[in-house]
Amino acid sequence: MSQISAEVTSFVTPQSYELLINGQRRSVRTEPGRSLLEVLREDLDLTGTKYGCGEGQCGACTVLVNGQRAHACKLTVQEVIGQSILTIEGLAADGQLHPVQEAFLAEQAFQCGYCTAGMILSAVALFHQRPNPTEAEIVQWMNGNVCRCCGYPRILRAIRRAAEMLRKSS
Amino acid sequence: MKPDALIPRTGDSTTSEAWFANASPAMDRREFLHQLGVGVFWMVTGTSVWAQARRPTAGGAGERLPLQARLHLGEDGSITVFCGKVECGQGARAEIVQAAAEELRVPAEIVHVLLADTAKVPDDGITAGSRTTPQTVPAIRRAAAAAREWLRQTAAKHWGVDLSELEVRNGAVRHPREDRRFGYSDAARLAVEDPVWQQAVPTDLPLAAPVRWQVMGQSLPRPNAREVVTGQYRYPSDLRRPGLFYGAVLRPPAFGARLVSVDLEAAARAVPGVVTVREDSFVGVAAATSAEARRALAALAATARWGESSQPSSRTIYDHLRREVEEPVPPNPFREEFTSAVREWRATYRLAYVQHVPLETRAALAEWTDQGLTVWMGTQNPFGCRAELARALGLPPEQVRVIVPDFGGGFGGKHTAEAGIEAARLARAARRPVLMHWSREEEFVWAYYRPAAVIDVEAGLDASGHIMYWHFVNMNSGRAALDTPYAVGRSHCRHVPARSPLRQGSYRALAATANHFARESAMDELAALAGLDPLDFRLRHLPTGRLRTVLEEVARRFRWRERIRSAHRGVGFGLACGTEKGSFVATCVEVAMDEATAEIRVREVVQVFECGAIVNPENLLAQVEGCILMGLGPALWEEIRFTQGRVVNGTLSRYRVPRFSDLPKLEIHLLDRPEFPSAGGGETPIVAVAPAIANAVARATGRRIRHMPIRLDAAA
Repeated sequence: MSQISAEVTSFVTPQSYELLINGQRRSVRTEPGRSLLEVLREDLDLTGTKYGCGEGQCGACTVLVNGQRAHACKLTVQEVIGQSILTIEGLAADGQLHPVQEAFLAEQAFQCGYCTAGMILSAVALFHQRPNPTEAEIVQWMNGNVCRCCGYPRILRAIRRAAEMLRKSS
Repeated sequence: MKPDALIPRTGDSTTSEAWFANASPAMDRREFLHQLGVGVFWMVTGTSVWAQARRPTAGGAGERLPLQARLHLGEDGSITVFCGKVECGQGARAEIVQAAAEELRVPAEIVHVLLADTAKVPDDGITAGSRTTPQTVPAIRRAAAAAREWLRQTAAKHWGVDLSELEVRNGAVRHPREDRRFGYSDAARLAVEDPVWQQAVPTDLPLAAPVRWQVMGQSLPRPNAREVVTGQYRYPSDLRRPGLFYGAVLRPPAFGARLVSVDLEAAARAVPGVVTVREDSFVGVAAATSAEARRALAALAATARWGESSQPSSRTIYDHLRREVEEPVPPNPFREEFTSAVREWRATYRLAYVQHVPLETRAALAEWTDQGLTVWMGTQNPFGCRAELARALGLPPEQVRVIVPDFGGGFGGKHTAEAGIEAARLARAARRPVLMHWSREEEFVWAYYRPAAVIDVEAGLDASGHIMYWHFVNMNSGRAALDTPYAVGRSHCRHVPARSPLRQGSYRALAATANHFARESAMDELAALAGLDPLDFRLRHLPTGRLRTVLEEVARRFRWRERIRSAHRGVGFGLACGTEKGSFVATCVEVAMDEATAEIRVREVVQVFECGAIVNPENLLAQVEGCILMGLGPALWEEIRFTQGRVVNGTLSRYRVPRFSDLPKLEIHLLDRPEFPSAGGGETPIVAVAPAIANAVARATGRRIRHMPIRLDAAA
């Protein structure tokens, strides 16, 4: 199968990497070339970032790298050394939910919830760039995030609600 | 009933809602029958693939449970409900809380639900077929009502007052004259020993009528919602245990390929410390990280030699299925009889295999202890998977415990235990817990598919445009919603199983989607033949009833009669309706065609849905929205393409599922009918989507596409 034959098949020496995740320095010792997604999930016990497709098509693994959204499945651990990484676990500050999280709760904007972390972080990244996005901008921006339960109408409502909350608080 | 009579034929079963089948011509026909509880039978053929049948009257083992198996009163005031259903986004968790809180007469916040741990909860059957609402919710309500009545009786005895003077309010009874209160927490200790709690829950206690509902009928949110939005909730693929290894399994290069030889030592040469397992055709590895496991597997896979057999391709699949039927296709019995039919008409409809594509792929964590095996996994079928695991691993079922955390989507696609068996084999050899988390490619290729379908329809119209006879044969895909709900002269509807080259099984609404696609497309074709408006033609064949009600309502809300008079180039309107599992749906759509790209865009959907008394309006609305939008995929794009046993579009970049940009203007109306029992709502709303689109496309272009997905550029 393609994803297997593409792997390196020779033994690889582990290296140490210093990562900055959710404001904390985390050091991992691992072979180079592993994806950020797997290092988060397997080495750092940060499982809020999900595997969905492995090819950057579904957005379930969305994280923020220096405030920009990125697919953790497409980044290697070396590529994010020294970068500031935010995962869903780091979004709520001191137990205070981020407005996007609040909005998702208020709108009940999930069914199975497996896409939710990626949806929320994508929306947070959108607001970094455009505090007042139009409907078309929201749809275009979010189109890389798949919800298989197809809760899209509620997710859009949650994002609009979050925009309103952010506007009021700023 | 003789056990033989309960062995389901492939693609068939005694009832549609539990329909699930597999067929593979190359497969061994070793069959093992086991009885699990009341009337549930399982069959496994060859390579641990499943078929299931359930007697129509069977209610799962949950029916005659002792009260203490269903409810626990905590001295701290908490109340726990034990239930064998699972939560995968459809809203069971909230609904079960509501059911218990309603009859206990307590606030929903104090009710906790323990779902799907086979060591702790009763077997409520598989979470499928929209059965939670009509079957499990009443079972929970009866138990809660029994606990409430026990509380009253205990208080009456204790205080020496007449029972009629006491009622339960807000979790307690109050003394009629003195300032005394007796609540569930006060009674918790008594419940442990009282024989009432060891007796079967009575079935004759009155349940609250919908007009009196306090908690049911409200939109209770999902109880663990906060954990979801903060990333704290652990899905099956998120579980970790001390010493955990990650598994990877050798997959054949094509369907039907058999392993000839493999060098198992290649894995350890590539990754020192890797655990390699071979048990018959199963070959897998486990290592400290999934990257190591994949690397070891790749080294091993490079040494594997396979024997392949001839396999059909998706291009010829419909001819293949028609050829490979398991019994003769019955002829139209009416053709001779109705020689006076003014117009005879026939057509064939075809549907592709599709995948469920749950966002969380199959995941299972297996751990062996001295007591046996524990598997945490995402499945809709915890007790069935326990039995499947027990057989595969050679254990008695009581030594297997299956725990199902809320998981990332099912849609009928997670009834089987593959990942659990793989993890258990690897964990046994590794002597440590192992997690198997399938890749997206594995899920596309090795999870079972929604069956492809070939459906022949023949009908005859009399001079007044009424259907005199209706002959309908579904080959391969199943019998859900097979019979026409319309009042036709004579009707003959059959399902004929076929030997499917692909592994196939349940999907949201089962074959009701295929059968509605064919029937509702045919109704439009016949309306055109009769020279009648599709709405009028349907109404003529629906004298009264709930289906007619939703159809009239959707036509009114869509303004069908006005809008179809307006003609715009490349724009079409279509409608379809249907019924399944005790609920009723009617859908109108507006579609727009881009002639240059042959793209069909659904611009608007108006749907009316009715499933009796509504238990949780917001959740029901979410289910209906989800059904409509999910339904756009198989209607317009989704189709598994394969050639010589190899899937060629098994990735999300090659298999298009609905996204934000596909969202049409959506208008949904839920008809609350408190006079009817509550039916499930997570499936039926999908069935009218595709035929309404096909009908709109035909109206706009004059081209009748008798294929799902509906594509203007398709050769089909």
